[in-house]
Amino acid sequence: MKYTQLFFQYAAQYMKTRLTYRTDMVVEIVSDLLSQAVNFIFILLVFGHTSMISGWSREEIIFIYGFFLVPFAIFGAFFNIWDFNERYIVKGEMDRILTRPIHSLFQIVLERMELESLFGVITGIAVMFYAGSRLDLTIAWYDPFVFVLLVLGGTLVYASIFILIASISFWSDSPTSIMPMMYNIGNYGRYPVNIYNSIIRFLLTWILPFAFVGVYPAAYFLGRENWYLYAFLTPVIGLVFFLFSIFMWNAGVTKYRGAGN
Amino acid sequence: MGKYIEMIRIRFLMMLAYRTNYYSGILIYSINIGAYYFLWNAIYGDKGSIEGMSALQMTSYIAIAWMARAFYFNNIDREIAQEIKEGKVAVELIRPYNYLLMKTMQGLGEGIFRLSFFSFPGMVIVALIFPIAFSADPVTWLLFAVALVFSFLINMQINLLTGILTFFFYNNTGLIRAKRVIIDLFSGLLLPISFFPGWAQQIMNFLPFQGISYVPSMIFTESFSGSEVIHAVLLQIVWVFILVLPIQTLWLIARKQLVVQGG
Repeated sequence: MKYTQLFFQYAAQYMKTRLTYRTDMVVEIVSDLLSQAVNFIFILLVFGHTSMISGWSREEIIFIYGFFLVPFAIFGAFFNIWDFNERYIVKGEMDRILTRPIHSLFQIVLERMELESLFGVITGIAVMFYAGSRLDLTIAWYDPFVFVLLVLGGTLVYASIFILIASISFWSDSPTSIMPMMYNIGNYGRYPVNIYNSIIRFLLTWILPFAFVGVYPAAYFLGRENWYLYAFLTPVIGLVFFLFSIFMWNAGVTKYRGAGN
Repeated sequence: MGKYIEMIRIRFLMMLAYRTNYYSGILIYSINIGAYYFLWNAIYGDKGSIEGMSALQMTSYIAIAWMARAFYFNNIDREIAQEIKEGKVAVELIRPYNYLLMKTMQGLGEGIFRLSFFSFPGMVIVALIFPIAFSADPVTWLLFAVALVFSFLINMQINLLTGILTFFFYNNTGLIRAKRVIIDLFSGLLLPISFFPGWAQQIMNFLPFQGISYVPSMIFTESFSGSEVIHAVLLQIVWVFILVLPIQTLWLIARKQLVVQGG
């Protein structure tokens, strides 16, 4: 209860500060839209020269991309802690976090939120509806609930990988370069995993499970029954990885020694 | 002239001090090249060639396009914006050198550093992982080198333009971000310009962007034939000259109406 209340208070505060500089916010949303548009155009251009990519049609690939945008946007809004090491460990800000009476990670999520990223949810859903209508997909009454569940699973996958990497900062002090690398590996999840070789496919499924952010859950809505097992594993993988990352975070916090000074 | 060359050297040494930061950069670029490698192979499937390029030429294209990006890419636009915002530009303007030329030289120092510590070892690593076709013809390499110099200049000029625009917009981080995304697509980094539909190619013939990535990468993979190469490089040179005009005009106007915010 206290946590939800705090969350909304922080969110309200955040909106106030952002709305003071409206143009900055609009510009940021527009440039996000622009980079999503570039990815979209890329898919369109490629399909000007082929009708299928490893058995997936243009609309299906677009649908997968649309789905990917949704968990990615939620992740970006709340778990975008790529600068954790610099901001909290090197500068010693973690000291302040630890004196707060709520869980340290939750406190950081509150401080680092970027709500304008949530705009990607709308873009993603719009893209899915565009592709879905061209594929004549039908929506069953339970599909919205499945959608929420799978999106949550995908978000947790992204969140836990970044939390895990942030946790490394408690033990070692140079993982800053791993973070940008993860964004690039995450892009592999935007396309069907069967275009990759078996090693990368295994990696994207079990080690850095980015495939659970895009292809696997999207396969459920596309009616690809041979992928259903993986689609329904999405929330499980998300939860398992998330619990593991929280465990590592908590273990890491006990090792925190402060930055001196 | 001496002071400009000195500037290249200083920037090079500055970058050298932080060279460990670049090892992860090579890995990131390799990860990107890998993603496109698999994607393009899936796109080609059993097709022999698309738009006159084989799958092997395409993967070589992607690899060289990214590694060349390491050379021409720099954040001079953001540096200029920063100096304008902090008011440092006022001091820069009274120094006995041409500010824009000095910025270009700094960018060149950075580029030479990345060429030797990023692009070159990166290309060796990428060639070990993925099949890449290297030309055996020294003329191709020479033309590629020439095209690369002009690709640096065009990109640099666009950066200068974006930077100077800070004089008029005060806060242009959004513009800088948008510019980067647009260049990635329209310069041919993500896919060759020849893959765009005809009408889009027509439009892009009137824009400077393809001189940045498309031209050198097409030359490297020998996807251009004979006269096309000469034509493409000439087009690059023409753009370098054309772009001088808006830069000088904006620069003159900007200096006249400079407002130093704080400082």
